[in-house]
Amino acid sequence: MNSSLFLSQLLNGLQLGVLLFLLSSGLTLIFGIMNFINLAHGSLYMVGAFVGAAAYNASGSFWFSLAAGVASAALAGLLIEHLVARPLYRHDHLYQVLATFGLMMFFNELAIVIWGNRPYFVTIPESIRGAVTIFGAPYPVYRLLVIAVGIAVAFGAWFLIQKTRFGMLTRAGTTNAAMVSVLGANVDLLKKALFMLGAGLAGLAGTLAGPILSVQSGMGDPVLILALVVIVVGGIGSIRGALLAAIVIAVIDTLGRAYLPHLLTLVLAPSAANTAGSALASMLIYLLMAFVLAFRPHGIMYSARR
Amino acid sequence: MHRNKWAGWLLPLLFVALACIPFVAQAMDEPFYVTFFARVLVYALAACALNIVLGFAGLVSFGHALFIGLGCYTVAILADAGIANGWVQLAACIAVCAAVAVLVGAVCLRTSGIGFIMITLAFSQMFYFLMVSLTPFGGDDGLNIYESSDFGLFQLGGSQEVYWAAWALLLLLALFLNRLRHSPFGMVLRATHINPRRVDAFGYSVFRVQLSAYVLSGVITGMAGFLLANLTAFAVPSYISWHVSGELIVMIVIGGIGLVTGPVLGAIVFLVMEELLKGLTTHWMLFMGPAIVAIALLGRNQFAWLKAGISRPGPMKTAAPRRVAGEAR
Repeated sequence: MNSSLFLSQLLNGLQLGVLLFLLSSGLTLIFGIMNFINLAHGSLYMVGAFVGAAAYNASGSFWFSLAAGVASAALAGLLIEHLVARPLYRHDHLYQVLATFGLMMFFNELAIVIWGNRPYFVTIPESIRGAVTIFGAPYPVYRLLVIAVGIAVAFGAWFLIQKTRFGMLTRAGTTNAAMVSVLGANVDLLKKALFMLGAGLAGLAGTLAGPILSVQSGMGDPVLILALVVIVVGGIGSIRGALLAAIVIAVIDTLGRAYLPHLLTLVLAPSAANTAGSALASMLIYLLMAFVLAFRPHGIMYSARR
Repeated sequence: MHRNKWAGWLLPLLFVALACIPFVAQAMDEPFYVTFFARVLVYALAACALNIVLGFAGLVSFGHALFIGLGCYTVAILADAGIANGWVQLAACIAVCAAVAVLVGAVCLRTSGIGFIMITLAFSQMFYFLMVSLTPFGGDDGLNIYESSDFGLFQLGGSQEVYWAAWALLLLLALFLNRLRHSPFGMVLRATHINPRRVDAFGYSVFRVQLSAYVLSGVITGMAGFLLANLTAFAVPSYISWHVSGELIVMIVIGGIGLVTGPVLGAIVFLVMEELLKGLTTHWMLFMGPAIVAIALLGRNQFAWLKAGISRPGPMKTAAPRRVAGEAR
């Protein structure tokens, strides 16, 4: 096995994990405190990607495109919270799933109306193009930057949740939102802020992913499914669980796709190994999820209070 | 009680009306209507099956497209291997769906509520990606079915045949569900939704009851997939996409949760609405999406009304004050 190839695959996995964490941390927080399942979270990721890409192509500034992507997703999140999520907080999950499913259809079609059916092209900024050599393996600078931003955001989230008043209220809110409200905190405002924060993080993930993946309508759907797997495995409502699960799942997925077809040639004929390997690789994370749930039905970071 | 009388009239009327459609289509010389309504009936079948778990048991399965896909691909793969005998295909379809439903259900039912929604979704996505990556079975492009299921007496060759097969199957299913709702199993199943702990205390295994319902629902949905494969002569991964699962839920909510006729009406309304919008504009989803949001926002009230209808308001009213009095003492 080629060690430099392995290292770059590992880094690819880490980079996917970071993107997944940005998405699933918002999703899991929104679920944790508001008991709301938001399938339109993938659409917010798409909004971030499209607006970020359009902003970059218009201005040429990477930082401006990041800001535009985050702000647009947060704004869309605020609208969704006010118009759709708020009336449904106290209702059955069925209706939340349904409403956000409708929203997802709407956003996907809206993207086609505005930007067309074909992938929207966006390049990596000149200054951070190219590759650096890590332990003898060349690796794109941009992907390293994505990993760095993700780690920074993870630290930021930890600081926000553990060390600030906002975080304290959020943690209290996940345990008992009614009690926090009785004690005089403005829970409505807290929910709005949290929803916007989650949406903004999804937008950030979308903007960062834009130059790596193709920006097109429906790009949020597969990522949303991955994020759902992450929060189920990590334990719904737990940010630490989301971080751990995002990294583990992304690394397993990436390495599985890269190496399973090779590994199976040891026991199968090459063409059969290739087919079986890629089929097995695409099922790997779901098998992992089934395995985790069989032993820990509430995910790996479940605290017994809920 | 008047609601039951109304529903009692609705069911026969609906099936008579549906039986007229092929003749009307023939008179109007519009064979497309038969194909279209055959599709409606197939989805109605799947929605009725989903209603067993979603409506009766309150388990929101967001992955029932999995079973439609299993049914489709069983037909397609067997036909591809040269086995066109309908009975063999149907038996294989039922066996595969039952086996998968037992395995998937056993894992999914370990969770509840939101977890159940996401895990059923994840399992159907797993099967979706499996079929996309399995190139021997067509991969992304799907698998053509050149020979339709041959049942000896009849062959599911055209839309007309599939229409009548779906109609008959749907009628049988509606009659069956009408019985099931009030059968001991159906009562226990509905009770697991309202108060699982009490069902447990009565000595029933909630898990087994729910798993039985899930398997039953999966097998019937698989039969819908079986018909869909014959209708379109095609099996593609997009039949398993989670949009299909979502649409099935929308149909149930439009028609009324937990009612026997509800999903049939819901499927008709939803698919006709979709077809009309598609005729008006290519960007029909731009209007369908907000319509679904509106259905969800309005439907939550209908749900409360239904719950009140199902959970026998009489005894509840006397029970509630007594409990309060007991606490005061």
